[in-house]
Amino acid sequence: MKKSILVLSGLVIASLLLASCAPQPAGEVAPQKIVETVVVTVEVPGETVTVKPQGYGTIAARVRERGKVVCGVHKELLGFGYLDANGRNIGFDIDLCRAVAAAVLGDAEAIEAVPITAADRGPVLQTGEVDLVTRNMTWTSKRDAEWGNFTWIMFYDGQGFLVRADSGIKTLQDMNGASICVTTGTTTEKNLATAFADANLAYNAVTFEETSAVYGAYEQGRCDVATSDKSQLAAVRAGFSDPNAHEILDITISKEPLTPAVPAGDDQWFDIVKTVMWGMIAAEEYGITSANVAEMKASSDANIRMLLGTEGDWGYTTLGLEADALANVIEQIGNYGEVYDRYFGENGLAFYLPRGMNNLWKNGGLIYAPPIK
Amino acid sequence: MNTTSDSVTPPAPPRMLEWIQKNLFNGWLNSALTLIALVFLYFVVVSSARWAFFTADWRPVTTAPLLFLVGQYPREQLWRPGLSMLLSTFMIGISWGIWPRYLKAFSIFLVVLLAGMAIVPLETPTITLGIRAAFLAASLLIYAGYLLGRSKFVNARLAVMLWTVIAVLISLVLLPGIPKSSALPSVPTTAWGGLLITLLLAIGGILLSFPIGVLLALGRRSSLPVVKVFSILFIEVIRGVPLVTILFMFSVILALFLPAESRIDRILRALMGMVVFSAAYTAENVRGGLQAIPPGQVEAAKALGLNGFQTTTLIVLPQALRLVIPAIVGQFISLFKDTTLVVIVGINDLLGVGNSVLKLSPEFFRLQMEVYLFIAAIFWVFSYFMSYASLQLEKSLGVGER
Repeated sequence: MKKSILVLSGLVIASLLLASCAPQPAGEVAPQKIVETVVVTVEVPGETVTVKPQGYGTIAARVRERGKVVCGVHKELLGFGYLDANGRNIGFDIDLCRAVAAAVLGDAEAIEAVPITAADRGPVLQTGEVDLVTRNMTWTSKRDAEWGNFTWIMFYDGQGFLVRADSGIKTLQDMNGASICVTTGTTTEKNLATAFADANLAYNAVTFEETSAVYGAYEQGRCDVATSDKSQLAAVRAGFSDPNAHEILDITISKEPLTPAVPAGDDQWFDIVKTVMWGMIAAEEYGITSANVAEMKASSDANIRMLLGTEGDWGYTTLGLEADALANVIEQIGNYGEVYDRYFGENGLAFYLPRGMNNLWKNGGLIYAPPIK
Repeated sequence: MNTTSDSVTPPAPPRMLEWIQKNLFNGWLNSALTLIALVFLYFVVVSSARWAFFTADWRPVTTAPLLFLVGQYPREQLWRPGLSMLLSTFMIGISWGIWPRYLKAFSIFLVVLLAGMAIVPLETPTITLGIRAAFLAASLLIYAGYLLGRSKFVNARLAVMLWTVIAVLISLVLLPGIPKSSALPSVPTTAWGGLLITLLLAIGGILLSFPIGVLLALGRRSSLPVVKVFSILFIEVIRGVPLVTILFMFSVILALFLPAESRIDRILRALMGMVVFSAAYTAENVRGGLQAIPPGQVEAAKALGLNGFQTTTLIVLPQALRLVIPAIVGQFISLFKDTTLVVIVGINDLLGVGNSVLKLSPEFFRLQMEVYLFIAAIFWVFSYFMSYASLQLEKSLGVGER
C-alpha cells in the first residue's frame, strides 16, 4: 500500500516537473511512461490487496519445504534450554520453538535445535541461518537495531542476589562492604557496579571466569552474596544440599526481558511468531489448556472460538496458516502457564521459581498479549 | 637391522628382592628417597581411591551414558551409530590381524572394554538390552575380525580399501541418512554429539589434513614461485593465528560472507577449520623431514632416470615421512585433543555433552570434577594408544637407530 502511494506520488511530481520544464504539452509523452512503471493498487470494496516487500513469506516457505523449524537454542541452561537424559532438547525456550513448529507445520516435534553460543546469537540472525532464536536472549535496543526482529517478551528476568538465610541481609544497604561473587566480564558485573555506585555503597567483588566457580565459592563461604539473573540463582539454589538455608532477595537491579527473535526482512514470519506467543498467553487468560482444548472449541465464549479457529479469522489467512494453528499449539505444547509450570512450577522439571513478574497481567504480573481477533 | 641381539643371550632377570635392593635401597639417601616417595604415593593413591569410590558422585556419567556416546542422535535411529560401531570394530579386528604390532594393545583393550560395557551392572533405563547386545557383538566382532585378518583371505591392500569404503559409507550415508527416505531418514548433524563427533572430527581432521600438509610442504620447497608463495603464505598465516580464532572465522564470519542459501553444515565448518590448522602444522613437520634428506638422494634418483614425480613419491617422501613420524603423531594427538575447542562454536562434542550433562538437574551443577575426569580419561586412553602405536611404528621402521 505504502509503496504504491510512494510510486504514485513520485510520478505525480515527475510529471509536474516534466510539465513545467518541457515546452510541449506533457500529455503526449508522460502517460506512456506511467503505464509501464506504475504499481497499481486495486481497491476492491472490503478487501485490500497490499504490495508485499521482497522478503515477505520467504521464511515460512523455507520452513514448509524443509519440514522443520530451525531454532538457535541453548543446550546447557537448566530450565530454559537443556537436554534430558535421552538427549532430547527440553526447556522453556525450546517449547516456544516447538510452539511455532506446531502452528506452522502442525507438529511440535518438527524442530531442529541448533546449539548456538552467546556470540553466535547475532550472526545466526543476520545470516538467516536459523528461523528463530530462542536462547535466553535479552531484548535491548541495540540488538534489535543490529540483529533482527525481537518478537514478544516471554520471560521477565532480572539480576538479583543470593544470600544465606541466616546472614541478616535483606536490602542493598545491608550489603555495604560485603564480598560478592560474580562472573567477570559480563553485564552482570557492570550492573552490580552501577547499582552499588548509585546507592553510594562499597563492596568487595570476588570475580570468576566460570559461572559454576561463582557458586562453588559462594557455597564454600568465600563471599557473602552471589549475584546473577534470578532464574539462574533459583536454579543454583535448588542444587544446594540445603536450599532452605539460602534465599534470593527481593531486589532486582537490571531488566532482562527474554525474547525470541527472528531474522529481519520477513514481516510475515515476524507476525507468525508474535501471534503464536500471543496465542499461548491468551489461552492462559481464557483458561484453555492442552487438556481441555477439544471441548473449548465449542465454548460459549466467542473469544475462545476465535482463538481456536472455529469461528472468524484471527489473521491466519493472511499469515498463510491453518485455522487451527493456535489450537495445535495449545494442544501440543500448552498455554503459557502450562509451559512455565512444566519447568518452573512447584513440581516442575527444572526448579521452582515463583511466577512473580511472569504472571498474567490479570494476576498482577507483566505477561500481556494483544487480543487474538 | 639388529644383528647383535642374536648372539648374546640376555642375562637372567634378577629376582625381585635383589632388584629392589639394587635399585631402590642402594645407600641411605636412596633408601630415604624411596621411603618418602612410598609414603607420598600411599597418600595420593589412597585419597584418590577414596574420593573415586566413596566421595565422588558419578550419577552424571551413569544417568546419561548414551549422551556421552552419541549425543542427541535420535534414539529411535540408534541402530545407525550402532551399526557404524559394529562395522568399525570389525575393521579394527581385521587390522589387528594384519598389523598386530600396532593395534594389539588397543584392540585387546577395546575387546575388554566393550565386553565390560555389555555386562556393566548399571541400572539405567537408557542402556537397553539391545544396546548391551550391540556392545557384546562389537567385542566379539573384533576377535572375529582378528581371526579373519590373520588368515590369508585379507591382505593390507584389501583392508585399506575396506576401511575407505566403510568410512565413506558411515560418514556420508549411514549417519547423515538420505533426505526424504523412510528407511534412512536424514539426521541433521546438529543432533550428533559426544564421542561420535569427537572421533569424526579427529579422524576426519587427521585424514584430510595429512595429504594437504604434505602437499603444502612440497609446495613450500617448490621452484614454481606461485606455488611457493601460496604455500608459504598459507602456512605462515595459519600458524600465526590461534585455533580458536580459525574456528570462529570458519563458523561465524564465513557465514556472514556467504549468501543465506549456501548454508554450510556447522560440523563441516568446524572440520574445515581443524583441517586447515592441522595441515599448516603438518606441513612444517614434513618440511623438517624433507630437509633432512641429503641432496645426493635426489641426484641419485635423477641419475637413475626417475622423473620429478617419481623422485618425490618413491625416494624423498618415504624417507622424509619416516623421519617425522614422532612429530606428526604428536601433531595428531594434539589435534585430537584440540577437537574440544569446537565447544566454543556450539558443537556438542564430548566436552559439550559433558557441559550439558552438568545441567541435567540442579544436583549435578557441582559435579564438574567427576564429569571432566571421566572425559579426561577417555581422551587419555585414545591419546595413549595413538602414541603407543607410533612408538611401535618407529621401532619397526628403525627410526632413531641410524
